[in-house]
Amino acid sequence: MSGMQVIFLIAAAVTLGSAIAAVSARKMLHAALWLVLALLGVAVIFALLEASFFAVVQVLVYIGAISILVIFAVMLSRTSLTDEGSQTNRGWWVAALGLVIVLIGVVAALSLWPKWTAMPGALPAAATDMATLGKQLVDPNGYLLPFELSSILLLAALVGAIYTAVDKKEEKP
Amino acid sequence: MIPLSWYLILAAALMSIGLFGVITRKNLVGALIGIELMLNAVNINLVAFWRYFHNARPEMDGLVFVALIFVVAAGETAIGLALIISAYRSRKTVDVNELNLLKG
Amino acid sequence: MSAILSPEGLLWLIPFVPFAAFGLIAIFTFRSRKLSHSLALGAAGISFIASMVVIWNALLIPDLAKNPITSQVKWLPVGDSWLMFGVMADPLTVVTLFFVAVTILMIFIYSVGYHNFGAPACNEDRPGLPPKGVIVTHNGHTQRVPSVEPMYARFFAFISLFGFAMFMLVVTDNLLGLYIGWEIMGLCSYLLIGFWYGKESARKAAIKAFITTRIGDVFMLLGLAALYSLTGTLNYQQILGNPQTLNILATTISPVAGLSWAGLIGLLLFAGTIGKSAQFPLHVWLPDAMEGPTPVSAMIHAATMVSAGVYLVARFFPLISAGWQPGLPLTTPMLAMAAIGAFTALFAASIAMTQNDVKRVLAYSTISQLGYMIAALGVGAYSAAVFHLFTHAFFKALLFLGSGSVIHGMEHGAMHTGEEIDTQDMRQMGGLRKKMPFTFWTFVAGGLALSGFPLITAGFWSKDAILAGAFSESTLVFIVLAAAALLTAFYTARQISLVFLGAARSKSAAHAVESRPAMTVPLVILALFAIAAGWIGIPKTFPLLGRLSADGFSSFIGSMLPYEVVEKLSSVPLITSLFVALGGLLLGWIAYRNIKKATQKDPLEISLGSVYRFVQHKYFVDELYEIVFIRPSIWFAEVFVAKWMDQVVLDGILNGIGKIGIGIGNVLRSGFDLPVVNGAADGIAGGTRKMGSFLRKLETGKVQQYMTGALMGLVVLFIILYSIFK
Repeated sequence: MSGMQVIFLIAAAVTLGSAIAAVSARKMLHAALWLVLALLGVAVIFALLEASFFAVVQVLVYIGAISILVIFAVMLSRTSLTDEGSQTNRGWWVAALGLVIVLIGVVAALSLWPKWTAMPGALPAAATDMATLGKQLVDPNGYLLPFELSSILLLAALVGAIYTAVDKKEEKP
Repeated sequence: MIPLSWYLILAAALMSIGLFGVITRKNLVGALIGIELMLNAVNINLVAFWRYFHNARPEMDGLVFVALIFVVAAGETAIGLALIISAYRSRKTVDVNELNLLKG
Repeated sequence: MSAILSPEGLLWLIPFVPFAAFGLIAIFTFRSRKLSHSLALGAAGISFIASMVVIWNALLIPDLAKNPITSQVKWLPVGDSWLMFGVMADPLTVVTLFFVAVTILMIFIYSVGYHNFGAPACNEDRPGLPPKGVIVTHNGHTQRVPSVEPMYARFFAFISLFGFAMFMLVVTDNLLGLYIGWEIMGLCSYLLIGFWYGKESARKAAIKAFITTRIGDVFMLLGLAALYSLTGTLNYQQILGNPQTLNILATTISPVAGLSWAGLIGLLLFAGTIGKSAQFPLHVWLPDAMEGPTPVSAMIHAATMVSAGVYLVARFFPLISAGWQPGLPLTTPMLAMAAIGAFTALFAASIAMTQNDVKRVLAYSTISQLGYMIAALGVGAYSAAVFHLFTHAFFKALLFLGSGSVIHGMEHGAMHTGEEIDTQDMRQMGGLRKKMPFTFWTFVAGGLALSGFPLITAGFWSKDAILAGAFSESTLVFIVLAAAALLTAFYTARQISLVFLGAARSKSAAHAVESRPAMTVPLVILALFAIAAGWIGIPKTFPLLGRLSADGFSSFIGSMLPYEVVEKLSSVPLITSLFVALGGLLLGWIAYRNIKKATQKDPLEISLGSVYRFVQHKYFVDELYEIVFIRPSIWFAEVFVAKWMDQVVLDGILNGIGKIGIGIGNVLRSGFDLPVVNGAADGIAGGTRKMGSFLRKLETGKVQQYMTGALMGLVVLFIILYSIFK
């Protein structure tokens, strides 16, 4: 067992464990914090896969922005649902069962794939250079269009979120 | 060296857990947390495939995809939370089971 | 145009002009009295002139019996050939046409006066009842005068239709045409007897007449059918003018009672005459038919319709007497005719002696005289019978019209004095000789003709001929007819004495007034015929006058017969007829000239007592028929057929079928329609609803449950695909 594998196993265990905790935590704030830990584990996985840029972006965006948003939402909706009582719907075991079957099925189906046990090859030098990614993003023969569209999407999301979340009562003069 | 299958199994498991959370959680925010997990599972998949099967040129296909998924996830979370806030204001609840106006 | 004016064309015209008048009056002119009677009189006049022209032309033809004026048209297609319909004028037709045309015209003119044309209309007069008279103020003196008949135009329409029927019967050349005319006359008789349909007695009399004659008509139709089926034709010439046909008919035996076909058919046709000419036992309708207006009685029941029965037998005399010659025994129909005719003559004459209604005496007299004619034909005195038919029409029509005039005079007197009596009762009359001279003298002429007053009246010559013929064939018939002649003279003198002679026995008779010229002029004309018509038939064997006479009549009519008629000279019938005529008249005058009071008992009643009353009640024949025929028929119709068969059986069957139908319908409805059809439809609807409410439960509105469902679906799909694509 090489060191990479060990690191992988630890990171995978952390990710999965905190993910399970996130979906089953009784108190919402705990769930949000467990989510932060899971996202951190994923960042480690990204780093293992030599997508270093994205590891950092993961921490910045997901943990730094999205998780904060989640925590804000939890705070703002505190009085609705108390953290007492069951936090899960009835019949959760049906979903669990189904998901287990799906998981096992998918894995079993994929294991039939010949490239299932492929090993990583060498990465060219340009691959780890973020300039290449940047050039790709603004290249008209590349991914310029999705890049611009995603910025418009963000703009729409921004406007939409503001409009949806604004308190109507304050509109009246 | 880590076989591809480990990453794929990890992603599949994370996806399942996220789906479990979406389906099972009573609190809307809890469902949103599940969605985040699912999106991350996809990202892991994409990056794994990029690392193991990237093409000669362009080399960055998979990563562009991942970047876009980041964008979408962020936007979706923002909107989702705005909606949750708005729903909380009008209905005074974030219990999923209470939001059943489409009940037949 | 010239075709119409030829004798053949005129023959066709004669019946159809009155028919056209009938149609026009019925459809167009019935609101106007003047137009209606003008149409009717015009038609009768045209028919009269046409008849005279035809007769004139026919008389010029030598041997008319063998060469009659004929004209035929194709009428109905029958198999390969046509049924021909035509007209004919041979000696018998000529004789009959003459008296029919004259009497019809006279009676039409008389009717104008009888129905008080020109008199004011009374507001209280209802159609269907005789006019009651209207109160009129004249020079400050109010009195009731006769009013005009409300149904004036209807009367003329009917008698025009009747004229058509009678003319048709006379001029047609086949038995079918005769039957058509016969039946239409029966209809007109019904319509006219029941003319005043508001009176119940008139309605009943009309039905009685129609049904009684119908009985005879049924047998006649059987005879007609037998004749047609045996010979294939109904044409007179082809049957009666063909000796071979007559021979075959006379010798072939029919299935009935061993009679020959000629005998059977003769009897059947004679049955029709028994009904139509009111012979015993079907005589009962004629006296009751006096309910109709007097012109109707005169025309239908004296001169024309009842004569049609005698005409039929005279026409078919060759068939009836097939195989007979003078000297041979009589054939069966002839025996029947002689018996029934003679009996009826005596029977009716006896009843006539006891009647008090002026028209009823004449009705029985008509029955009696028709019996004479039938008996004459029965003993083979063919030309005598036709001669009597000819003369009888004139004097009987005259007598009836005269009685109508008398009744009008009595009514005038009754209205004047306000007396309420039966204006037709002879016991209330008397002394009308001074008040109504024209009526008196013409009535005397007719009465003397009826009695057979010697030499100057037509009746004498014809009655003498009949008695002579009867004497030479059958003594029994001769005696019966002579007795009947005696009674005839007696009751005629009785009638004349009671009505005209002596003093008035009631105030109405004292104030009677002569009738208007429209009524008296026809009386005078008919009286002339009653006197003179006999002179064409004076037999050559008659002392003194015989040598001067050409005796056209008997040779003219005698030419219709295949054998030679030889006149035998015998003084017995002549003396007998003189004796009975004069003796009867004298006896009647003596007995009745001194009746002073209306309530005085009839001298006959005094002498005969209960026999008189028996005869007066017409030998209770009507009562017998009532018990034997009418009550059982009514019972059959009302109880058996109507109540039992119709209501219980037929209605029961129908109601039962109806109930079964309803039952089946209900069973199908409750057994099949409701559970199966409705059930299926309701089931589908209910099933859909249940499925809907079941599936509704899936729509919880909870997104997470939808996702779970999707996940489950995915799992299932995965398993399926996996197992397929293993």
